[in-house]
Amino acid sequence: MKAMNIVNAVNDALDIKLTEDKSVVVYGEDVGYEGGVFRVTEGLQQKHGVERVFDSPLAESGIAGTAVGMAAAGLRPVVEMQFCGFIYPAFNQIISHVTRMHNRSRGKYKMPIVIRLPYGGGINALEHHSESMEAIFAHIPGLKVVVPSTPHDAKGLLISAIESDDPVLFLEPKRIYRAIKQEVSEEKFSVPIGKAKVLSQGTDVTVVAYGAMIREVQKAMVMAKEAGYSVELIDLRTIYPLDKETITASVKKTGRIIFVGEEPRSFGVGSEIIALANEEAFLHLEAPPKRVAAFDVIVPYPRGEHHYMITPEKIFYEIERTIKF
Amino acid sequence: MFDQFDPADNKMLQVIDNNGKVISKELMPKLSDDEMLKLYKDMLFVRTLDHMIVSYQRQGRVYTYPPNYGQEAIGVAAGAVLRHDDWLVPAFRELGAWLAKGATMKDVFMFNMGFEEGTKFAGANHMLPSSVPIASQLLHAAGIGYAVKYEKKDEVVMAFVGDGGTSEGDFHEALNFAGVWKVPVIFVVQNNQYAISVPVKMQTASINMAIKSKAYGIKGIKVDGNDIFAMLAAFRYAHEYARKESQAVLIEAITYRKGAHTTSDDPTKYRTTDEEKEWDLKDPLRRMKLFLEKKKLWSDAEEEKLVEEYNKEIDRQFIETEQTVSYPLEDVFKYTYAEMPQDLRDQQIEHEKFLQWKNARK
Repeated sequence: MKAMNIVNAVNDALDIKLTEDKSVVVYGEDVGYEGGVFRVTEGLQQKHGVERVFDSPLAESGIAGTAVGMAAAGLRPVVEMQFCGFIYPAFNQIISHVTRMHNRSRGKYKMPIVIRLPYGGGINALEHHSESMEAIFAHIPGLKVVVPSTPHDAKGLLISAIESDDPVLFLEPKRIYRAIKQEVSEEKFSVPIGKAKVLSQGTDVTVVAYGAMIREVQKAMVMAKEAGYSVELIDLRTIYPLDKETITASVKKTGRIIFVGEEPRSFGVGSEIIALANEEAFLHLEAPPKRVAAFDVIVPYPRGEHHYMITPEKIFYEIERTIKF
Repeated sequence: MFDQFDPADNKMLQVIDNNGKVISKELMPKLSDDEMLKLYKDMLFVRTLDHMIVSYQRQGRVYTYPPNYGQEAIGVAAGAVLRHDDWLVPAFRELGAWLAKGATMKDVFMFNMGFEEGTKFAGANHMLPSSVPIASQLLHAAGIGYAVKYEKKDEVVMAFVGDGGTSEGDFHEALNFAGVWKVPVIFVVQNNQYAISVPVKMQTASINMAIKSKAYGIKGIKVDGNDIFAMLAAFRYAHEYARKESQAVLIEAITYRKGAHTTSDDPTKYRTTDEEKEWDLKDPLRRMKLFLEKKKLWSDAEEEKLVEEYNKEIDRQFIETEQTVSYPLEDVFKYTYAEMPQDLRDQQIEHEKFLQWKNARK
């Protein structure tokens, strides 16, 4: 065991896969020599060589598009999009080829591609550095979308993602890259894609969240506990494929559900979770399902971000309203 | 060769003229009579197949089809240099190369009848499916090139795009990546003068497309795409260069799309019959036929007989394909993921329940 934050855990997972599988290559902007702007890939080029861990030209479509070719030719590329807001030039490659080549070739060409994407707000960054647009990607048939909230899960999920024969968008909550340290095994282990985790058992309300919002919910739960409420917290860990069973079972037990996310509220992951609760647990509901999510606005520049970010108080406020409904 | 035909001088590699007369002997690729005849027959086959598919489309038996008519020399010459392990990254108008790589008529029919099975090209080693979003496939070629180099394999990648595709960002990113990475990729621009209705002069202010190679530090050459010997000479040279030097090449093949962009297009709206007549003289089959006739290797009578045989075989296979294809519901779900998520299984089961209900009502 070793104390790791999410940056260390992702680095460790990459290191393990690079070591054991020669078909794994890691590339993107600044990923090689410098080790990435967040230093997630630090030391990997020095250890595994410039042919396996390298800087690509500054072109996101080029990064995603070349990954398609590499995957077709038998490699397992792990590419980094430097910031969530810069992935859009690659969007065409993702929606037209990364997610379609397997279907279009009727299984002749698998696409074991991992696209790593630091996402989310709360770090006082420039425009285009704070978005949470995961719903756009979860909506694309052919893609799996994964979001760890802890160093342990970051390592285990990334190993699963690299080993997946399907393309995976691996979202990294950059706000908590270094915020949490945890004892993580230095051995290889994996966390399965498509399995949510019940972080706290409770009886009054189910809260579903992921990524950096988990910590905010946990802070709200301290307030909730003081107020005498019992909250069940589910860390989604994978957005698609959604772990319907875990969510449904929990809602049937608590009778109430709140989704917490930093995404724009409408047409989002939260909307899907609420639809699920209605479709699968309608008669168990004792209060209207609730989405606690960002406004449907552009993420404000840093000075306005405090208006926008979801806070523990806001989450607690909605927990109380839902329970008292 | 690249120095001799520097794109900056706007020179074009040509071996025979419009009358099939050899104008640059030293560039004529070494070929036996049989090999020459095979090239011609391959072009003739592509042209016959192409015409047949267009007629099937007119009869409502296939959907939209992009004809190769007028551009046969490029695909056939490419097919003649591609080895079993070389990669073909197609656009959608290089049928000769597809067939040489092992794509079957049935594949082509199924693709145009609306079956994904037709883009699998199951028997074609190292051939990607045809790509519809223009120029996006060129990046795949650069990526394959990286893998080939990384795994130290003796393989060359050949990727196709049209003149319109050179305006897409992915064209430039692909050439740039391939240039920086020094990978064995031959990018082929089939400059057929039009991107649907838009003439090539509205795509670029460059004096030609081949010159764009210079910006990316790779070699480029402009070739008469309607001269099969010129295309073969360029492909052979580029293939050897890409392989030996591990470098990318940009080949611009000057040609003319004699047919429509697709069967949904009407070229009379945007080009003149005078222009079409002018290009008729440069037709790749006409030119090679004149060459072969001079060498007494080919005659009208032989051609007539062969086309008849081709027509029969194509029609036989088309009818066979028509009679055997089916699209079961499970195929809709099966291939979106390598490992199907439970939710997709559930969606299929839910739909099957509906179908049972529907059938019970009858």
